[in-house]
Amino acid sequence: MTPQNPIPGPDDIVRRELDNGIVVLARENFTAQSVVISGLLPAGAIFDTPEQLGRAAFTAEALLYGTENRDFAAIHEALEGIGAELGFNVGVHSCGFGGKSLAEDLPTLLDLLQDTLRHPVFPADHVERLRGEIMTGLQIREHDTRHRADRAFHELAYPPEHPYHYTSDGTLETIPAITRDMLADFHRQHYGPQGMIVVVVGAVKAEAAIDAVAAALGGWHKPDQPTPPELPALQPLTDIRRQDVIVPGKTQSDIVLGAPGPARKDPDFHAARLANSILGLFGMMGRLGKNVREEQGLAYYAYSLVDGGIGPGPWRVMAGVNPANVERAVESILAEIRRLTSEPVSEEDLADNKAYTTGRLPLQLESNEGVASAILRMERHQLGLDYLRRYPDIINALTADDLLAAARKYLKPDAYALAVAGPGSNGE
Amino acid sequence: MDTSVQKHVLENGLTVLLKPIAHTPLVSWRVMYRVGSRNEQTGQTGISHWVEHMMFKGTPDFPGDQLDRMIDREGGYWNAHTFMDFTAYFETMPADRIDLALRLEADRMVNAIFEPDEVARERTVIISERQGSENSPLFWLREEVSAAAFRVHPYHHEIIGDMADLHTMTRDDLYNHYRRYYTPNNAVAVAVGSFDPARMLNRIRELYGSIPPGDPPPPVTRTEPEQVGERRVRVERPGQTTFLIYAYKSPAATDPDWFKLAVLASVLGGPSLLGGAAIDNKTSRLYRALVLSGLAADVQLSFYPTIDPYLFSIYVTLREDSDPSAVEAALEEELSRIRQQPISPAELEKAIKQARALFAYSTEGVTGQGFWLAFCENFDSYEWFERYVERLSAVTVDDVQTAAQQYLIPQRRTVGWYIPTGTAEGAQA
Repeated sequence: MTPQNPIPGPDDIVRRELDNGIVVLARENFTAQSVVISGLLPAGAIFDTPEQLGRAAFTAEALLYGTENRDFAAIHEALEGIGAELGFNVGVHSCGFGGKSLAEDLPTLLDLLQDTLRHPVFPADHVERLRGEIMTGLQIREHDTRHRADRAFHELAYPPEHPYHYTSDGTLETIPAITRDMLADFHRQHYGPQGMIVVVVGAVKAEAAIDAVAAALGGWHKPDQPTPPELPALQPLTDIRRQDVIVPGKTQSDIVLGAPGPARKDPDFHAARLANSILGLFGMMGRLGKNVREEQGLAYYAYSLVDGGIGPGPWRVMAGVNPANVERAVESILAEIRRLTSEPVSEEDLADNKAYTTGRLPLQLESNEGVASAILRMERHQLGLDYLRRYPDIINALTADDLLAAARKYLKPDAYALAVAGPGSNGE
Repeated sequence: MDTSVQKHVLENGLTVLLKPIAHTPLVSWRVMYRVGSRNEQTGQTGISHWVEHMMFKGTPDFPGDQLDRMIDREGGYWNAHTFMDFTAYFETMPADRIDLALRLEADRMVNAIFEPDEVARERTVIISERQGSENSPLFWLREEVSAAAFRVHPYHHEIIGDMADLHTMTRDDLYNHYRRYYTPNNAVAVAVGSFDPARMLNRIRELYGSIPPGDPPPPVTRTEPEQVGERRVRVERPGQTTFLIYAYKSPAATDPDWFKLAVLASVLGGPSLLGGAAIDNKTSRLYRALVLSGLAADVQLSFYPTIDPYLFSIYVTLREDSDPSAVEAALEEELSRIRQQPISPAELEKAIKQARALFAYSTEGVTGQGFWLAFCENFDSYEWFERYVERLSAVTVDDVQTAAQQYLIPQRRTVGWYIPTGTAEGAQA
């Protein structure tokens, strides 16, 4: 039956923990003939040393380049032949995966998932080719001002001993040094069912979907699978740190300004998120959009985000401006941060942003992907299957003082990291 | 509930498409005007896109500084996009809140203000948007390739417009463009989602029925003459990566050959739905010839339906160690092969199955369905979308070869190279 409540909850999400530790969740949606899978396992970049940066990501990308049962061509023929998609994506804490297909092809998709996760062989010729593609991608990013600014921001905001200091994808220096055997070793050590979550959403009966996942992955065992290390303690920023990255030939400068923010489990996460909505999202990019874009015409975009993952991800403002306007834009951003951290938001702003944050839930859950990622987040952060139904109450209980306290805790006008990437102040 | 599409034309010429869908809490409302960069003259390039920006600055009843807040407060999402052939505005809202979107779009069809100070501020925002695009090497290359491929037709210029025009266009230019093209008889309105069609149609009549029709907009008369030889352009700018574009003149969406080329595109460059949603292309012929062979880091194919003949474009990202002439030779060899030998029945079958899957993905959400219905109604009919898989399925292997022989020939192509000139860069604390 198609769920009548558009917000997923305990009555229409089926959850089962397999004997090997994999948690499987499923929700039905028969409005389109497609199905998506989404999930993760704890094989993230947190296991990379600075010298081996990119090893976890390289490993995940290479999973689709050959297994004991299928070579490169066979894997992709099996996927593309049915119009299906499967991909892996590594972050600091986990290796995520996602796929979609017609509902009739879910067994094929799951078989490819288990085959690539469990039996990759990292063929030497394909690994070398993939390395070349990764290097080309990294070179393109060296000239991407948004990427350069964000990378410099992370290096300023997090110390070298913290994983968030680094880019999970590796660098032009580390990728050439990662050997095929290092990928195979990383897979052997870190890929296993413990801590793995699989979500299936679409035109498949929920119990049948879970049975299909169990059939594909229930036989996977790995007794010695290590658990990820704890993140090191992080001290708040106490000064202003700035880096200007010169990228020649560019006509726009990108700015990233902010500091480490709350983790998802921190009690003030929701207050920080709602304060950020006022700062840089609500009503076309919030107060930042109004000040920097609408009133001064300085930028095409100016907005802010609170990451809020497993650890203290950044709370940061991002803007793209003409190189001649960088200092004016930075000053405007700081003025908005001063305002957010010195005076409580108005009752009207609070009410508007609560309505926005809670009212958008149905929209965010419109597609199968949207529902699958919401369920994955609930399971990953142990929020409970009724979390989305409780969400409006959580948000509506927040006060202006809660928001002020959260903003003051994380954002400080005299202690922040600022990275600017562009052609330089004279435009060349 | 009957979920087929209903089409109505109001007395003032407004075309209305209604697609009710059960089991969704949402409605998506879209108003699409039949105007885009295709309708622009030299000196006013980018005007359609700039007008789109000005439509967010408000009307006397819906002040600009309140618009975003009103939509957001109701849990809605709204946006707009300007394309070569159209400019479209949409709101996707909880179903019981959609009236705000209906009222807002009816109001700004006639009452947008274009206040001079707002125009001045938006000029710098638009210039900033163009500068952001200029940070991408492919923007420079694509702009040069389009300009070389279209000497006469307005597909010549980028949607964002030429910088010279962005500096000189006036408030009155923008306002006149708005008045000329933003009329009910030049618009298509689409509702998709949870609603009662009869009540929805009544409400649309109430809000839009009294808007007077305008003069028919001027037709686009500058037909591109036939291309009679290969054209080549080079862009030399900072960077480390070399890019190549092969762009072939291709037929309009209503040409029967369009579907043959759609299959050809899928076999060569991988599947995509009308140039939108795509899946991986690692079994496509060009991926195998260029990426698996180690010559390129990536290859993508771009081909989508347009009102007038446009381009069937192959984008190649070279690996740093690749010889550009070897890449062109390998590409030409693949194109020659598909002209000389028919594709296999299995390749054809795969292209159709892929299209069916992508079509299913595209119907998961109301916003996407609203987009496709309006998009296709613009160049032909909403039925073009509904019959997409069926018409693709009617293509034969011989059709594909004939289309390759007719369209993928050097005389019809523009070749663009992005040559990186340097790597000097660094960080300053």
